[in-house]
Amino acid sequence: MERTLPPWVDMGLLPLINVLVVFVVTGIFIAIIGENPFSALTVMLKGAFIDKGALGYTLFYATNFIFTGLAVAVAFHAMLFNIGGEGQAMMGGLGLTMTALVLDPILPPFLVVLLAIPMATLMGALWGVIPGWLQAKRGSHVLITTIMFNFIASSIIVWLLAGPLIEPGQMSPQTRSFADGVQLAQLHTIFNTIGFSLPSSPLNVSFTLALGASFGVWLLLWRTRLGYIIRASGHSKRAALYAGYSPTGTIVITMAISGALAGLMALNEVLGVQERLTLNFTAGYGFTGIAVALMGRNHPVGILLASLLFGALYQGGAELDFQFQSITREIVLIVQGFIVLFSGALAHMFRPMLEKVFATAKPSHKDVSHDK
Amino acid sequence: MISDLWLQFVLTIDATLRLATPLILCAMAGIFSERSGIIDISLEGKMLLSAFTAATMAAITGSPWLGLASAMIISVVFSLLHGFACISHRGNQVVSGLAINMLASGLTVTVGNALFSLGGQTPLLSNAQRFAPIAFPLAESLRQIPGLGIIYTEVISGHNLLVWAALLSVFITRVVLLRSTFGLRLRAVGETPEAVDTAGISVVGIRYQAVIIAGVLCGMAGAYLSIAHGASFLREMTAGKGYISLAAMIFGNWRPVPVLMACLLFGFLDALAARLGGVDLPWIGQLSTDLIQILPYVLTVVLLAGFIGKTTPPGAIGVPYVKRR
Repeated sequence: MERTLPPWVDMGLLPLINVLVVFVVTGIFIAIIGENPFSALTVMLKGAFIDKGALGYTLFYATNFIFTGLAVAVAFHAMLFNIGGEGQAMMGGLGLTMTALVLDPILPPFLVVLLAIPMATLMGALWGVIPGWLQAKRGSHVLITTIMFNFIASSIIVWLLAGPLIEPGQMSPQTRSFADGVQLAQLHTIFNTIGFSLPSSPLNVSFTLALGASFGVWLLLWRTRLGYIIRASGHSKRAALYAGYSPTGTIVITMAISGALAGLMALNEVLGVQERLTLNFTAGYGFTGIAVALMGRNHPVGILLASLLFGALYQGGAELDFQFQSITREIVLIVQGFIVLFSGALAHMFRPMLEKVFATAKPSHKDVSHDK
Repeated sequence: MISDLWLQFVLTIDATLRLATPLILCAMAGIFSERSGIIDISLEGKMLLSAFTAATMAAITGSPWLGLASAMIISVVFSLLHGFACISHRGNQVVSGLAINMLASGLTVTVGNALFSLGGQTPLLSNAQRFAPIAFPLAESLRQIPGLGIIYTEVISGHNLLVWAALLSVFITRVVLLRSTFGLRLRAVGETPEAVDTAGISVVGIRYQAVIIAGVLCGMAGAYLSIAHGASFLREMTAGKGYISLAAMIFGNWRPVPVLMACLLFGFLDALAARLGGVDLPWIGQLSTDLIQILPYVLTVVLLAGFIGKTTPPGAIGVPYVKRR
């Protein structure tokens, strides 16, 4: 017999307890470095949701996390640990930028954007497919290979921005700006043209694309044959073989989807705001995707909620930096680290306690298979 | 001309040793942890935390020894956290390691800023607060010997204590791992924990001891960066060295001496990149330092994929041990 929790406890209460513990631990830390944790929390919430334009920024950051969180989650379902979101997003940005730089003198802006988006997807997918193929065919683990691929991608970008792609006559490592109009429309300008007034923020069309991607991932994983095979391959390789699973194909396709989702993150940052390739535009968002996926229990709805939380943390964290002497933006990394620790590595710590209270006993799969 | 080239070569070898030192210490830490079956992605974070702690304590107390000791302590504390999550609670080892790396990035900058208000840095240390280079006897007079003199003066003399500690750590790791009862048990726990458990030895106990040793070594690596090689802590000063050590450990197939060689190779590439930056080479032209720095990662991917040689990780790596009754 194995005890399982009712869904609302498993999906709602347990993550909530984890987040609460994280906030308490972070609060204690803030008190130790000599600031008031309660006023910090107020400043953070105000800075993330209430101030003029704050919500736009929160959702803008959330867009990055939706993409990278979905990327990690899709791979997780096939029991593949894709730590390479950071590198895949960088390569996505590179693919997008190359397309824009080559085509924007000759094609109209909207066509350039239409071609740049699939290139970002393709390059991200490529940076996921190579580690996937290496695992399937050569037996090297996706986990280690994607770590190495992050560094390789970052070195390639550093090299390109130091010389071949640098804006002529400039010292800072970035490309020239894309031509006028090669960008994704920001939501406040769209709303302004149809008569609603929204405060200005970098929130752009990528956000709606991220929502679409979340729905797409749900559809893929729970409503298609491929998704069924991906999930089955994560549970039991033997069961998956009966479902028509080809080990190589599934690993490669899963990593392609995962990489493509991470590559799409570049749309939000490069095409939505910077309109040029800059060094380090991924800023660790690929790694944050791991925290988002863990907290969101690898489900698109959970990932949307976790992305909102992280978006608020990043935006509110910037506000903390302004208002407090001894708190810096990096406090967000501490919160993120604690979230990964408590809802990832220590996920089983609070479970036994909750099982004592809420458990519903049911025969486990193992017992059933032994009965034969 | 020839003597100039020779000097350049000797200086590069000298730099190789300096740059390889943190890699060696970290990779030995990785060997202890992973040979016992615990994946350690958190080498990077523990090194960063201990670099910060060493520089902070050295700046406050003025003693590099207290800096080193507290660096080792903080690194062991985080090793124990890693152990608590992965050994006691059977959590995912990679996830726990990532959490520690994130915490390290956040904690070092935030605490550093709260203590010193220098934007995450620590104050510059004087020579008395650091592990200064140790000049061997006659180093300056032997320099005069043509050709070989500079090897003694530059490569052998003039390193700080922790460089020697790193080389010693390889020897100690080899002896402990391959020649002691503890080492035998540690390797057995990493291959077939059931067998060790059947023999009445605690799997959990051995694994905790392994991660503690890893913590001590990582602490030394961090202290080397901030109070021996450098003279203060800079934010993100480990800059991926923990991951390079991980690559070196895989490259050396989890065995101490080959891992040392891999660390020296990666250190040499780093030293070479620093020297060749912007230099016009005959036939080749200018080599990009960024591209040389990719090599360790590319080599590791190629090796892992079995295109050159074969890697065999410990059998039970990454698998939490569940005692069956």
